[in-house]
Amino acid sequence: MSRAKPEPIQVVKERRDAALSALVARVPYIAFMGFEFERRGDELTAVMPYRPDLIGNPALPALHGGALAAFLEVTALITLSWSMVWPKIEAGETVDVLPKFPKTIDLTVDYLRSGLPRDAYARAEITRAGRRYASVQVEAWQDNRARPTVHATGHFLMPDTRTPND
Amino acid sequence: MSADRTEIARQFIASLPHCEALGMVLTTIGEGEAEVYMPYSEKLIGDPESGVIHGGAVSALMDTCAGAAVMSHPNAGLATATLDLRIDYMRAAKPGATITAHAICYHMTRAVGFVRVSATDGASDVPVAAATGAFTVERGNS
Repeated sequence: MSRAKPEPIQVVKERRDAALSALVARVPYIAFMGFEFERRGDELTAVMPYRPDLIGNPALPALHGGALAAFLEVTALITLSWSMVWPKIEAGETVDVLPKFPKTIDLTVDYLRSGLPRDAYARAEITRAGRRYASVQVEAWQDNRARPTVHATGHFLMPDTRTPND
Repeated sequence: MSADRTEIARQFIASLPHCEALGMVLTTIGEGEAEVYMPYSEKLIGDPESGVIHGGAVSALMDTCAGAAVMSHPNAGLATATLDLRIDYMRAAKPGATITAHAICYHMTRAVGFVRVSATDGASDVPVAAATGAFTVERGNS
């Protein structure tokens, strides 16, 4: 008895990267803010490359708290959507029809340090993924991973993924 | 607050790079209250199917408005920064509509300003989003 030959790694990577790009490219606001997503296996890291127009306090200078909140919210939403898409990609499906985005119910942002005029990184952890509701913790840091800049907890309404009756 | 001081505050908000990037305009300020609006723009869209603005842009508007309210409080310090902000998203904003945030700094201690903010789109009495926050009060070395 022989097993099917595993797919070449390049094919697997291309399928995963294409799905992630498609997910991110759908949102004009992500392009406007310049957010990028990096992937290692199923783990995503969001990047907010520094730009002068992200500054909210020119005197310090410091990043705008709203820009950081937006960065965390986008990271949470993309991570949630990615968690819905991932099993399909791994099953070998090409994800032609992407799921609708979850809706943010609430977001509590804890500003731990002022945002430096440098790149910021964020990762989200889904603490509970229910059929209707999800809870997510998300944290952003800059130069030092052990010294986070902002942390947030959010609740999200998940899109209905049941296939509609034809 | 006098027309002069409102104009100074308006120019100050307009000069903050991220506020300028999002097109925010301050209309009213004084005695711990502020109003800031943000016109609809396609670059702010979060849901491409409906054209609804992204929550992140609304958060940035509410954070700005809340900070302005803190700075306009009679017992304000020299500067402020957000300590925490909890945002509730009640409904999707109407595509095409300008979002207006209204903030009240309802209590100020020596070190902390407490703020409530709501954001409306004019389409309903129900706000698009509401937030509560705590802001630092920088008083310098006194």
